[in-house]
Amino acid sequence: MGAPVHNLESRLKQSSVKVSANAKRHGRHLLSNSIFRYYFLFSILALCFVLGMVILFIGKTAMLMFGQVSLADFFFSFNWSPEEDAFGAAAFIVNTLSLTALTMVIAVPVSVGMAVLIAEIAPNWLKTFIRPVLDLLVGIPSIVYGYLGLTVLLPFLRDVSGQGLGDGILAAALVLSLMVLPTICRISDDAIVAVPRKYRDAAYALGSTRLQVIMRVVLPAAGRGIISAVILGMTRAVGETMAVVMVIGNTAQLAKTLFTPSSVLTSNIVMQISNVEFDSTWNYALHMMAFLLLVISFVLILIIRILGRKRRDAA
Amino acid sequence: MTSFTRTRHTARAQRRDKLATYGFYTLGGLILLLIFWLLISIMSKGLPSLSLDFLIKQPEEMDVGGGIGPVLFNSFYILFISLIISVPIGLGAGIYMAEYAPDNKFTGGLRICVEALSSVPSIVFGMLGLAIFAEYFGIGLTILGGGVSLALLNLPMLARVTEEAVRAVPGDIREAGYALGMTKYHVIRTVVLPVALRSIVTGICLVAGRAFGESAVIILTAGLSTSGEMWDFNLFSPGETLAVHLWYVQSEAIVEDARQIADRSAAVLVIVVLLINLAFRFPLWLNNRRQGR
Repeated sequence: MGAPVHNLESRLKQSSVKVSANAKRHGRHLLSNSIFRYYFLFSILALCFVLGMVILFIGKTAMLMFGQVSLADFFFSFNWSPEEDAFGAAAFIVNTLSLTALTMVIAVPVSVGMAVLIAEIAPNWLKTFIRPVLDLLVGIPSIVYGYLGLTVLLPFLRDVSGQGLGDGILAAALVLSLMVLPTICRISDDAIVAVPRKYRDAAYALGSTRLQVIMRVVLPAAGRGIISAVILGMTRAVGETMAVVMVIGNTAQLAKTLFTPSSVLTSNIVMQISNVEFDSTWNYALHMMAFLLLVISFVLILIIRILGRKRRDAA
Repeated sequence: MTSFTRTRHTARAQRRDKLATYGFYTLGGLILLLIFWLLISIMSKGLPSLSLDFLIKQPEEMDVGGGIGPVLFNSFYILFISLIISVPIGLGAGIYMAEYAPDNKFTGGLRICVEALSSVPSIVFGMLGLAIFAEYFGIGLTILGGGVSLALLNLPMLARVTEEAVRAVPGDIREAGYALGMTKYHVIRTVVLPVALRSIVTGICLVAGRAFGESAVIILTAGLSTSGEMWDFNLFSPGETLAVHLWYVQSEAIVEDARQIADRSAAVLVIVVLLINLAFRFPLWLNNRRQGR
């Protein structure tokens, strides 16, 4: 008679063990759920912290410059001779802008043309071939681009132009064009592919040729996306250091011709910063130049954001 | 008989269309040729003279025949340190943006932060590393400084690729998980991440390839010299990497065979980066082709 009762008891015991184990597991899941929720939040905040640190460290040192150099001198004087306490960065600023502009003049038509080819014209097998090849270009380190520019492009430019060493902003712009090509091309490609098919169909139905469809319908419709791609390419071109440093000549003067050895913000920083005292006006001025780079990049990013928001509103 | 008449106008449009098509193909062909010529010229200069000896020997200051052993090791070591630091945080940030972030002003601010951080030029991260490690902590140019600075550079890109990968996971399999009573984190760990894993790994490889060839950050934070030992795991020794060595050799070195060393270093650099990228991408690419995408 005792056996069933005993059985029941042990069963009860077992199930209560199971319940408590389940409760434990449940608790564990809830715990890990909340822990990781905070961990993920912490990670993204860490990113913001890094950004804050960049702005703080660079900005703080940069601001120290104004005790010793006037704002007007820094931005409008072309005389950069730190040994004689002359810190005019105008030449670097103008060179950076003209180098970026020249890069875009070369890179944008080529990249957008490639993007049109990939997105609209090429057959499928060619698309699946070109896209990974462009990704290969992204993977090549910038120092290798610079080295190739130095050993292959410069001798070539020297022979063609017959001018000096061949270094200057043309050489730098050519190297940079190749580096930003995949960036601009892939993002424009995405923008073109995202143009709704019905637009194309409507244009074809009116008897347009493919060129007319591309030029008058697809490219205008993808316009904002392509401009975003171009600006993203610009941020890369403005911030690129090592490839530029190897082909631009590194002389602190205004690039009056395409073959004047000159220097841009990034190349001047990397050439000089290791040799200066931390607590010197020279170092402060270099930090100011870096801060300027930051400001330019942020403005460009802001433009992309505004364009993106408008595009979403329009859609 | 068609009702479509060929006017001079349409004929011109068609002629232009044909011309433009040829034009686009020519452009594409030229660019592809340029890319392959680049790769081939890097490889053909460096590869033939490449030997195992070169890969493991010490660099020489004066004599011919120096190798790249320690700098190659440093490259991998610094890459490893930077990934150890940046992958957990980058993944976490990406997952937060894709899964947790509510649609409000705060999230908008976070997104601006990530975008701004990803636009920061690499040289600025180098200066930050220099200011923190060389000035603030006063430990000079070290492997640790290089690794950490490189990690900061990697962060925004890792966050972005993770976010995109996690967002691409279809919503219905998540719902299936919730329907079983799983917690949010449990769903992310056991359902979302396994599905997104392949894109995340591709993203990490992309970042790793970029970090391996990065030089502007390393020059300022890890320096232009090595400790002179082959397997130096000390975090506080100077850590010149291969990319920096390429720069050093072509700009400052006085050895006779600097040109050959630079050629070979460039080839090794490109091969390693391509291997990092291709090894993980090739299966993906094949799969895409098979599906005809």
